[in-house]
Amino acid sequence: MSKRRVIPGFGLSMGFTITYLSLIILIPLAALFLKAARLSGAEWWAILTTPQVIAAAKLTFGASAAAATVSTVFGLLVTWVLVRYQFPGRKFLDAMVDLPFALPTAVAGITLTAIYAPNGWIGEYLAKWGIEAAYSPLGVFIALTFIGFPFVVRTLQPVMEDFGSEYEEAAATLGAGRWTVFWRVIFPMFIPALITGFTLAFARAIGEYGSVIFISGNLPLKTEILPLLVVGQLEQFKYEAAAVIAAAMLMASFALLFLINLLQRRLNWQNH
Amino acid sequence: MKTFKLLTLLSSLLTSSIFADELLNVSYDPTREFYQEFNAAFAKQWKQQTGKALTVKQSHGGSGKQARSVIDGLSADVVTLALSGDIDAIAKQGNLLPADWQAKYPDHSSPYTSTIVFVVRKGNPKGIKDWGDLVQSGIKVITPNPKTSGGARWNYLAAWAYADHKFGGDQAKVKEYIRALYQNVPVLDTGARGSTTTFAQRGIGDVFLSWENEAHLIEKEFPGKTQIIIPSISILAEPPVAVVEKNAKKHGTEELAKAYLAYLYSAEAQDIAGKNFYRPRDAKALAKWSGNFPKINLVTIDKEFGGWGKAQKIHFEDGGTFDEIYKGR
Repeated sequence: MSKRRVIPGFGLSMGFTITYLSLIILIPLAALFLKAARLSGAEWWAILTTPQVIAAAKLTFGASAAAATVSTVFGLLVTWVLVRYQFPGRKFLDAMVDLPFALPTAVAGITLTAIYAPNGWIGEYLAKWGIEAAYSPLGVFIALTFIGFPFVVRTLQPVMEDFGSEYEEAAATLGAGRWTVFWRVIFPMFIPALITGFTLAFARAIGEYGSVIFISGNLPLKTEILPLLVVGQLEQFKYEAAAVIAAAMLMASFALLFLINLLQRRLNWQNH
Repeated sequence: MKTFKLLTLLSSLLTSSIFADELLNVSYDPTREFYQEFNAAFAKQWKQQTGKALTVKQSHGGSGKQARSVIDGLSADVVTLALSGDIDAIAKQGNLLPADWQAKYPDHSSPYTSTIVFVVRKGNPKGIKDWGDLVQSGIKVITPNPKTSGGARWNYLAAWAYADHKFGGDQAKVKEYIRALYQNVPVLDTGARGSTTTFAQRGIGDVFLSWENEAHLIEKEFPGKTQIIIPSISILAEPPVAVVEKNAKKHGTEELAKAYLAYLYSAEAQDIAGKNFYRPRDAKALAKWSGNFPKINLVTIDKEFGGWGKAQKIHFEDGGTFDEIYKGR
């Protein structure tokens, strides 16, 4: 034993961590890659470059990024209202934010479709303006915004609650206007939490299936999402092809998340 | 080790045949109502014959998904699915029953048949009478996505058969018809039940391509809102049944499973099928329920498309005709 650690129990807790992570994450993912590895590189390429897969990838990643962006902007606003102001019904609103977590995604999808379909409450008015909400890429975006929203609020909320008013007061005494206080003092403090929230919402949106398939209409090359193509391959008993699409999705998501994490580190480092 | 053996013995005693026979039938979505009634009838008959009580457990879902569950270890004694291709997959990928399973029972192991009909809004406001009307501009057609739904593949093949006959086999014209048809489809749900919801509940579309029995269920569920239109030609769907031999052997339910499927061909079962809008094979039952089943010119998948495997490959696999019609839109 060369070095004794100050905190005891490292061996036990580390062993447990590795076993646990292996069981719930590593082994299932390894199985996925093993299945996909049965096909050659050329076969991977052939599957991943079909027009359907390319169109679905564009929609999935594009709509997920757009939805996560909107969730981030409005998540900031909602969190601000929930944390900074006292008003009747605040606790109730606060609890409502979690509903997209709790609702089965299929229920969310069916409900959203019912509302945004051309004969639904909102869809009816949108249709008059010539806007197709359900059964279009916009529908995919709506569903992904719904399921991603709580991630932003819940990551930002604790940061904002810990953030006392002393910085704002100090800035104000130094002569900063309200706008300057917000942009130069408050907002930069929230950026790391906002990025985390964005990342979570984005990652969740990429894999989302249940709510999207009801509202998207699933038209080939137009509104098919990648997870639907995975299911489509499974329906044809093409396990390997399904695994290839899933593995590619996973690698793309991992690369994106990794980049976002890097960006966040840089920002954190600049802030200090 | 000894206690372990004793425990497994005990648990197997508790779950199996001492008290009652048990059978798991893995089926597809729209057979729910039919098998509820059939199971009760068969249990009664089984009790008379053997003196044993019988519980039949049912599992329903999309046909392809159900087949995958069985391959992945859902221990079905019998499967009663929508497509022979799905049972072929269980034979091939899961190795759970012999490849010639379809020869074990009469009529390609399909005790009842069904077909694809049109459901339109009450009064048929768009005047839809046959397949040719579906490609007119302004008509919205509801059908599920053939990549994810078995029923959707029957719809597609029925439309194909119509065009093939109409254009005398001119492939370019047939593809043009199918392309025009799918241009009129605003939503492709993942399953037949999803499409039913889109058409009946959301009020989207002018015509819904539906299983015949599902079409009657919609009329029951939404009375006065829809009506059924019988096209000039359609496809004969033969939903097949089979004993999952390896599982049955393991459970010791071989005899029971065989008797269960054989009973589907009995006069009583055929009558129940007719009542639940499945076309019975038995002439007497068919005559009794003939009001439910107008005469249609029905083509078979074997004659028209050279069997399920071939149809799947040409039309629905990646790069097949279905992918083709969406290209270059």
